[in-house]
Amino acid sequence: MARAVTTKRKSINTALAWAVGLLIFFPILWTVLTSFKTEAQAIADPPIFLGFDWTFENYSTVMERSNYMRFLWNSVIIAGGSTILGVIIAVPAAWSMAFVPSKRTKDILMWMLSTKMLPAVGVLYPIYLLFIRLGWLDSRVGLVIVLMLINLPIIVWMLYTYFKEIPGEILEAARMDGASLKEEILYVLTPMAVPGIASTLLLNVILAWNEAFWTLNLTAAKAAPLTAFIASYSSPEGLFYAKLSAASTMAIAPILILGWFSQKQLVRGLTFGAVK
Amino acid sequence: MGRIQLKQITKSFGNVEVIPPLDLTIEEGEFTVFVGPSGCGKSTLLRLIAGLEDTTSGVIEIDGADATSLAPAKRGLAMVFQSYALYPHMTVRKNIAFPMKMAGMDQAEQDKRIASAAAALNLTDYLDRRPGQLSGGQRQRVAIGRAIVREPSAFLFDEPLSNLDAALRVGMRMEISELHKKLETTMIYVTHDQVEAMTMADKIVVLQAGRIEQVGSPMELYRTPRNRFVAGFIGSPKMNFIEGEEAAKQNAHCIGIRPEHIDVASEGASWSGVVGVSEHLGSDTFFHVHDTGLADTITVRADGEVGITSGDRIYLEPRADMIHRFDDAGLSL
Repeated sequence: MARAVTTKRKSINTALAWAVGLLIFFPILWTVLTSFKTEAQAIADPPIFLGFDWTFENYSTVMERSNYMRFLWNSVIIAGGSTILGVIIAVPAAWSMAFVPSKRTKDILMWMLSTKMLPAVGVLYPIYLLFIRLGWLDSRVGLVIVLMLINLPIIVWMLYTYFKEIPGEILEAARMDGASLKEEILYVLTPMAVPGIASTLLLNVILAWNEAFWTLNLTAAKAAPLTAFIASYSSPEGLFYAKLSAASTMAIAPILILGWFSQKQLVRGLTFGAVK
Repeated sequence: MGRIQLKQITKSFGNVEVIPPLDLTIEEGEFTVFVGPSGCGKSTLLRLIAGLEDTTSGVIEIDGADATSLAPAKRGLAMVFQSYALYPHMTVRKNIAFPMKMAGMDQAEQDKRIASAAAALNLTDYLDRRPGQLSGGQRQRVAIGRAIVREPSAFLFDEPLSNLDAALRVGMRMEISELHKKLETTMIYVTHDQVEAMTMADKIVVLQAGRIEQVGSPMELYRTPRNRFVAGFIGSPKMNFIEGEEAAKQNAHCIGIRPEHIDVASEGASWSGVVGVSEHLGSDTFFHVHDTGLADTITVRADGEVGITSGDRIYLEPRADMIHRFDDAGLSL
């Protein structure tokens, strides 16, 4: 039986949802606001919410002091590269696990996921040594590969669950209809899986963009992405909240905009499979 | 075209043999139904013929040529799936056109075939819709349309009506039968529903545990079942089986009599019992009779208007010439 939802209950729910939403959004809002304050206003006690003199000074200082575009470009290459490489590896893997499963498929999936349960720092030492040996320290190639490996289990899992939802009979029908494996993937599977592949790509870009542990530990200057750019403002030379906020805002803005425009895909990707 | 021969084919999944060595010939133009309880291997057998599963051993010949290791599309067969298996992102037109597109047929010929299939299946008004916007019956017709346009040498149907409601199922049953009359193409139809098998088939193949129990026309199976399994499976309601003394009188381990071959008689008849549940269908009434001393329940078909209700004592007379006799291995005597 459907439960009657009264107007009163509805408005309470709405208010509650807004409250939770604002609570989650507040740190981002605060960061953005702080980025427009002077350093003195940024650490004022009590904190100033809106009544401050808006200034772009922090942004110009940050732009002067560091090469934002280089960090941004590194982030784009690392996040984009690791995602593309990851998907190229994950699509066939997820495909075979979803459509030609073996007795060990479930175990393999679980094992892949278990690698995410290990704290990253646990493998820092071997990976660092490996990077020295390969000459990959502070290189974009190295970071692309490491971030791809870090996120691969998640990409495979997401695609696997997505492919699993495509009924096998449809692919068999395509085979009966004379489609080759290539045509089957091109005309039938891919169009049906596009929303899944898109949300997987997007989530992976976001994860890679925000990844700080490996990007901070394995880069110095050349390959440093925006995470390193932010970190450089929380330096021992003293706390510059306003400049740090400006740097953070600049770092998260591109991914925030990307997420904003594709939130429909993202929500579907994150919640699909929850109900059949 | 469309003669299919299975020679000593077997199928195992790991160590489990689901189809023991099996021989079967399906003649050109024949409407053959594979029927049996779930898990009897009927769908597996169909999928072996389609090429969607590989045989473990044996040979499949289509029109005299060895097709055992041919890819599904190269066998010249078309299949209609239980779930319809339409391409959800394509319109009805594109769904029907897909096999022709894969075959590289020219556009004019494609359009011609789509138009004629759509007209035959009442789909003309729906060609630009997507499967999601169609009812179950319409989706099934699209699936059939997609099969027809290929002009296959045989159609394979895998329980195509089991997702439809009862009324629609009867309608589609007629449509498929009519389609077979019109096209005169070989059709192999898998179902667990013996009513579908009886009403549609030229030839029924009754399967149990991957083995063929009997092959024959519907009436052959009804009149002369080879064993107790076929006797019980074909016919609705089921045949009554009686063991013990009554069977011994007939020199059999077990005797079987169909509900429609037992007459309601007056006192002094061979059998008697107390009416339990009675099912009134209007035209017929089915009585489930207890306390007969023969079996737990004896089902009897009587006239729709017969004035007998639950709790009444009833006298029954089996028609002697309609009694089936079985030995202790279940084979007909």
